[in-house]
Amino acid sequence: MHSERTPWALRLAAYGGLAFLHFPLLVIFAYAFNTEESAFSFPLQGFTLHWFSDAWARPDIFAAIVLSLKVATAATVLALALGTLAAMALSRRPFFGKNAITLLLVLPIALPGIITGISLLTAFKVADINPGLLTIIVGHATFCVVVVYNNVVARLRRMPMSHIEASMDLGADSWQTFRHIVMPGLATSLLAGGMLAFALSFDEIIVTTFTAGAEVTLPIWLLNQLGRPRDVPITNVVAMTVMLITTLPILGAWYLTRDTTDTAGGGK
Amino acid sequence: MSSMAISRNGTTAKNGLGRRISALLYRKPVLTLLLLLTPPLLWFGVVYLGSLLALVLQSGYTFDDFTMQVTPVWTLANYQALFDSTNLDIILRTLFMALAVSLMSALLAFPLAYYMARHARGAEKAFFYVAVMLPMWASYIVKVYAWTVLLAKGGISWWLIEKLGITPAYEWMLALPHVGGTTLATSNFGRFWVFVYIWLPFMILPIQAALERVPENLIAASSDLGARPWQTFGYVILPMAIPGVVAGSIFTFSLTLGDFIIPQLIGPSGLYIGNMVYTMQGSIGNMPMAAAFTVVPIVLISIYLAISKRLGAFDAL
Repeated sequence: MHSERTPWALRLAAYGGLAFLHFPLLVIFAYAFNTEESAFSFPLQGFTLHWFSDAWARPDIFAAIVLSLKVATAATVLALALGTLAAMALSRRPFFGKNAITLLLVLPIALPGIITGISLLTAFKVADINPGLLTIIVGHATFCVVVVYNNVVARLRRMPMSHIEASMDLGADSWQTFRHIVMPGLATSLLAGGMLAFALSFDEIIVTTFTAGAEVTLPIWLLNQLGRPRDVPITNVVAMTVMLITTLPILGAWYLTRDTTDTAGGGK
Repeated sequence: MSSMAISRNGTTAKNGLGRRISALLYRKPVLTLLLLLTPPLLWFGVVYLGSLLALVLQSGYTFDDFTMQVTPVWTLANYQALFDSTNLDIILRTLFMALAVSLMSALLAFPLAYYMARHARGAEKAFFYVAVMLPMWASYIVKVYAWTVLLAKGGISWWLIEKLGITPAYEWMLALPHVGGTTLATSNFGRFWVFVYIWLPFMILPIQAALERVPENLIAASSDLGARPWQTFGYVILPMAIPGVVAGSIFTFSLTLGDFIIPQLIGPSGLYIGNMVYTMQGSIGNMPMAAAFTVVPIVLISIYLAISKRLGAFDAL
């Protein structure tokens, strides 16, 4: 079939589609360096780096970045632990309820965030837990588990069981086998899964609006800015920063798993 | 030699417990399974399922409009209220938007996915994969923000419409009932377009995955048997791509149903299910009604999933 020639209209549609997907993202980059202060007029007015230092000097933005980094780190660590355990359990032989458990892991991300968000909020109210840092982390960890799980389970399926058996036969115990045989094999998939989980947590907004209480993560800071447009240039800079902080781990995760059949990031 | 033997013995003695545990775990895979599964199951069982249960229970509680208090007295009033004409309007508006967005995403995604799966090779294929994956993972709120910038008064969209000389067509579109509005940013069309943009990558990748699975020899057989290229497309490739389209539409449908930020920032007034949930739990404090409203997308998505399953979409996920 690869002898079949590509119609020019199809190629145009494909590249046009890509351009459509990327154009708004490029717009964010362009406006971050724009000199205009209170509107989004086009053509752009001029070039400046001024807003970066302004944004850096704002304590509210700094606090939001620190909070988002804290949440993403904690959620990633929890997701790595829970996702790896689940993957090790579910990659083995089939057992009763296996499909139900897989579904349960996927649900928090397959259902709209609003359902996860309001459910958690209801439960926190019932349990008399005040929304704050801890509740944000709990919410994020819940939907991050599945990306770690997906990466690790794909790797485990390709890892030959004979290596593990050989290790045990040669006298290693379960921990030593895990430490010296399973872990090195899993390393890149854990790193890839962890980076995706970090990116997912760092820019999450819908679940966070319900579980954050009075805390302001970076995406929530952005949303608040959108409601009442002011500080336009600084908002542009923050938007670009969020974009960069999430893009780099995603590219990294793709790079780490690019030669395998289950490339990271195929599903969000 | 003897010192080595001692050290070996020493190691064996120290690891004796470890070995015994290992042997036990190896002999009893069910025990291993339980040990591995307990932490994730506890988390998902208690935190996630527990929360969903709390939500469903909450939707049956009574909310007193005067005292603004929730009392655990069972009632169906919240569900009844969903069928009030204003609430029914909100539900139908959201449902219609979700269907329209899914349809348009499928139309836009198909050529791109087709090119990716059947024409791009090697480096070009990798490029396409990354180029679709990046916007999918890029921050949701930044993407929405980008569109408010694009559609802002005097912004790029205004400039482009003027430069392309399509102002009459633009004004005609804005004058359409249900679609138009005073500007692109406050029209239903603008809102629809932003939804399509945000969820499009979620449609491209499942279609691409489904098209990748069409075996070469099937295409060869079709053309050997005398089918013209468009017949091969219509009778062989398209039917095999449908599960991918349905799988993608599960994402676009479900994500649109639950969104409350795009309807809040772009398009005319007129609430969506997500806005109702957000307002009810927030400023009004009527958790039972917010919970009942949340059950609506759960039910709609379940119906959608049941239909999709019949169409074989889950083989393509």
